Amino acid sequence: MYAVNYHRAKSVSEAAKLGKGDAKFLSGGMTLIPAMKTRLAAPSDLVDLTHIQELKGITVTGKNVTIGAGTTHYEVATDQRLAKVCPAITYLAGLIGDPAVRHRGTIGGSIANNDPAADYPAAMLALGATITTNKRSIPAEKFFKGLFETALKEGEIVTSVSFTAPAKCGYAKFPNPASRYAMTGVFVAKGKEGVRVAVTGAGDDGVFRSRELEAALSRSFAVDTLEGVRVPSDSLMDDMHASSDYRAALIIAMAKRAVAQASA
Amino acid sequence: MGMEGIGARVARKEDKRFITGAGRYTDDMVVPGMKHAVFVRSPHAHADIKKIDVSDAQAMPGVVAVLTGKQLKADGIGNLICGWMIHSKDGSPMKMGAWSPLAVDRVRYVGDAVAIVIADTKGQARDAAEVVNVVYKERKAVTSAVEALKKGAPQLHPEAENNLIYDWEIGDAAATDAALKKAAHITKMHIVNNRLVPNAMEPRAALAHYDKAEDHYTCWTTSQNPHVARLVMSAFYNVAPENKLRVIAPDVGGGFGSKIFIYPEEVVCCWASKKAGVPVKWVADRTESFLCDAHGRDHVTEVQMAFDKDNKVIGLKVDTIANFGAYMSLFSSSVPTYLYATLLSGQYNIPAIHANVRAVYTNTAPVDAYRGAGRPEATFVLERTMETAAHELGVSPAELRRKNFITEFPHQTPVIMCYDAGNYAASLDAAMAAINYKGFEKRKAEAAKRGKLRGIGMSNYIEACGIAPSAAVGSLGAGVGLWESAEVRVNAVGTIEVLTGSHSHGQGHETTFAQLVTERFGVPIDSVSIVHGDTDKVQMGMGTYGSRSGAVGMSAIVKALDKVEAKAKKIAAHLLEADESDIVIENGALKVAGTDKNVPWFQMALAAYTAHNLPGGMEPGLKETAFYDPTNFTFPAGCYICEVEVDPDTGKTDIVAFVAADDFGNIINPMIVEGQVHGGIAQGVGQALLEGAHYDPSSGQLLTASYMDYCMPRADDLPSFQVSHQNTPCPGNPLGIKGCGEAGAIGSTPAVINAITNAIGTNDLEMPATPQRVWRALQTVGK
Amino acid sequence: MSEVSMTVNGRKVQALVEDRTLLVNFLRDNAELTGTHVGCDTSQCGACVVHVDGKAVKSCTMLAVQASGSTITTIEGVSGGADLHPVQAAFREHHGLQCGFCTPGMIMTAVDMIRRHPEGLDEATVRAELEGNICRCTGYHNIVKAILAASSEMAKGAKGKGRAKAA
Repeated sequence: MYAVNYHRAKSVSEAAKLGKGDAKFLSGGMTLIPAMKTRLAAPSDLVDLTHIQELKGITVTGKNVTIGAGTTHYEVATDQRLAKVCPAITYLAGLIGDPAVRHRGTIGGSIANNDPAADYPAAMLALGATITTNKRSIPAEKFFKGLFETALKEGEIVTSVSFTAPAKCGYAKFPNPASRYAMTGVFVAKGKEGVRVAVTGAGDDGVFRSRELEAALSRSFAVDTLEGVRVPSDSLMDDMHASSDYRAALIIAMAKRAVAQASA
Repeated sequence: MGMEGIGARVARKEDKRFITGAGRYTDDMVVPGMKHAVFVRSPHAHADIKKIDVSDAQAMPGVVAVLTGKQLKADGIGNLICGWMIHSKDGSPMKMGAWSPLAVDRVRYVGDAVAIVIADTKGQARDAAEVVNVVYKERKAVTSAVEALKKGAPQLHPEAENNLIYDWEIGDAAATDAALKKAAHITKMHIVNNRLVPNAMEPRAALAHYDKAEDHYTCWTTSQNPHVARLVMSAFYNVAPENKLRVIAPDVGGGFGSKIFIYPEEVVCCWASKKAGVPVKWVADRTESFLCDAHGRDHVTEVQMAFDKDNKVIGLKVDTIANFGAYMSLFSSSVPTYLYATLLSGQYNIPAIHANVRAVYTNTAPVDAYRGAGRPEATFVLERTMETAAHELGVSPAELRRKNFITEFPHQTPVIMCYDAGNYAASLDAAMAAINYKGFEKRKAEAAKRGKLRGIGMSNYIEACGIAPSAAVGSLGAGVGLWESAEVRVNAVGTIEVLTGSHSHGQGHETTFAQLVTERFGVPIDSVSIVHGDTDKVQMGMGTYGSRSGAVGMSAIVKALDKVEAKAKKIAAHLLEADESDIVIENGALKVAGTDKNVPWFQMALAAYTAHNLPGGMEPGLKETAFYDPTNFTFPAGCYICEVEVDPDTGKTDIVAFVAADDFGNIINPMIVEGQVHGGIAQGVGQALLEGAHYDPSSGQLLTASYMDYCMPRADDLPSFQVSHQNTPCPGNPLGIKGCGEAGAIGSTPAVINAITNAIGTNDLEMPATPQRVWRALQTVGK
Repeated sequence: MSEVSMTVNGRKVQALVEDRTLLVNFLRDNAELTGTHVGCDTSQCGACVVHVDGKAVKSCTMLAVQASGSTITTIEGVSGGADLHPVQAAFREHHGLQCGFCTPGMIMTAVDMIRRHPEGLDEATVRAELEGNICRCTGYHNIVKAILAASSEMAKGAKGKGRAKAA
């Protein structure tokens, strides 16, 4: 790790002031610290957000859910009220990393980083979530911009995410055998606005919605509907762990599991 | 057996320190004034070094010294060697290319060490290492051994034309060809044994301290054999004469072969400690371990197995190309020859065998012994071929094996080895019963209802352990003897220290070895201490690898115990005024047999040291030394059966049952032996399903250089294992031990692949059988 | 540089360290507690797991300065003054360790796992929850056995005393 200056922010506004230039915001640090250790990331300053109380907590009002950006994966995974209205997201949170990682990693950090193999972006997109920052609210659709790219501007901090829990939702992940990140993860949601299917870990430009799967599942939200459905592989990632055609097959396999879970 | 003697499941004495965080590994050692080293390593797989400019690095904060290969050579530090001479079939000696601990004019793999930076902190050393300016001129690289042999391939060493290190053979070519000619059936296979990275959880490390006043070096290092490290560093690398070099291997966090070898880093740290005038500590990062630890396996083999009309194997022809990486590591040459081809008879009576092995340089990390070392490769070749043959011949894989088993001992194979004892059918029967082989079809049908493809596969392995009779290995080219030493010191109060040349890095020697003493003298196990891993304490030893610490290391202890017992009985007889031959040792006392006359063990020991009343002419003290040199290898064998379920949608394989039935000869501590089997199986399963070192063929970059890309077996990749033993005592050593350290890694891999190919209905599957590979194989089935 | 202060195993440890110092290095070098190990660079092996404010955390993936003000428990302090924590005892009894290098992280993970599962554990859960801890020696067989045994042992103890044992 290169030398770095650490700042502990007490409030979002203080953090925003500190987060200028080559500074980076540090939440759980489960991706940023390893990247810094291998010298792939070299911020001049780190602004620690984890002591900001206003970023923490989960509120569930009816079907409306707001999760503070500083809420850990462990807190999401074990929140009983959240599990009642949207079990797929608590299930998803329980699949991120390992128990020690879940104790530190946060939802805000995960989506701000937008790793193409991260789990949360798929949930945000499929749930039609709104990402709230210290400056504005951004629909998930416009928030995720490709590999490690988001709509966030300098000094902009994710403060919370919110969504209306759909009638049905499910998530299935096929982890990379080595890293255990999603090699393909599919989040399906059936709500008032219809069926939304988001895929992570597979797209060569990050998380995306699968129009083919949405069309099929809109006809009938059932596992059988997916028999014989194909998704194109031309814009899928191709690496030594999984070729694009294999990932295309995994998308169908995971979609089936996600639908089965949503329908259970 | 007593509660703490031979055969007892004694909880490990060494565990207390490990479970409380009090273990002492090399990185835990601190010497006053100690500085931290980082190596500058080649980012290229193959390049000429045009220039090294260290001036910017030297000016960085905290930097003590930046040293290069030129300085190292100027100080007379020698090149690294391979210590086992192999001659090609034309009689020429193997072609050993020069390997300088720090590269001088050329680098040959990504990670090749070029310079060492020493600074106050590791962070500072790393900062400075980044600004050492090495000007490289890149050369073309080759990473595959098959490609490296081809005309026009990049050439690595001027000493080795066409990158060929040796072209060696064993067995009777003419007899084997004749067998193939008259065969009723020949099974042919092309078999790739994937390259593995050992990945002991403790990364390699060295802390070298040069004492100027004494002109003496102390080197703490992660070694499986500190005495061999001292010998080689002294005799071949000119670090220091043996009396001026103390090597300590304290607690070592796993080895699996990778810590046998003497690597550039410990040599350079010792030299740099004198050169820079400070104690120097280096600890590998995990990625450094991936790049620079000796890798394992990496064979490509063509095999033909010939059967007569009764399905008896009549001949076996094997042609193997072994990838040695960029340099010949310390014991690399022996792995695909005497540790591989000599085991190609397996458990089978095969009248004619011929194997040809070519060893080849490539621009990859050096390859050497990794758990099993050659024997897993041999077992994989045989057991994949045997399984395939059974399918081709339309017979039961179990019965085809049984029909060809060796049943009479001793058995001389056509490839040097003489098996001394075994009962292969017993292990086969036990394994088949344990897994309920007969019930498989029913389980398969039930799995099919759940959409899963269920398969079963077996593997019947044999290995040569208890490495090794010195004269035998000497005649085959070994540069060292492979005996072991032991010293048993009975203290004046009767407590006992056993000094051993074996080295424990997870094997539990502190317990198992103590059990021997407890069994012999009836003293509590807590009064026995095992001392190892320090060249200042133990006179000499050959270390731990090749499942040798039981069969060879403990045999040396037994020999020393014999001498101690003889002297103790003499003293007791004298004290008790009895005849020496009437003295027996029971419950911690020396007794006159059949009487209640006795002298407690501690009193006898005290008498030995007070020396007030010893038999006439007897020297005071009670301390004996022994060297034990085995007369033959030992031959553990067994049968492993694996049952898998494959998800056809994703290609993911789940191991649903795994049975191991082993013959290890006599066992001292079954709990520890079972643990060795579990760990070995996990590594073998890792090779089959998960692990593979993968180099980019054009750039020579290691693409699997961290746990993000190299898949280590985790708890949820594995089932619990069913382990049993069908032991036939080894006639070759006093304890009847065969050895158990490598069996799991040797026997398990083919069983897994045989199970998967059985499940998916195609035999065309390379390791590791990742979900992607299995899925792809499934796409070809029925097409 | 920052002044970092934390309570480690009940003892206050304070030092002026570079901001880039990882918690694991602070524990090993400044607190001189070398039971916590480093086995990888990518936050995967778990040899460095300690408890930060009562939760299992990978100390190689946290800066020391981030942990300033926190309460840390390492393998050296997990028994809370007793000879052995029940999980430590179970690892020994069931041969859940060989070379010992991953063991401190395994035990700290196991203690945390048992704490989070007062309802008890089964083999599948234990294996899943060990995702962040790599062992090269044991094949996990006896680690799983030890954790299951400790879990039921501690549940018995908790019932008997009507409260949880030291964690």
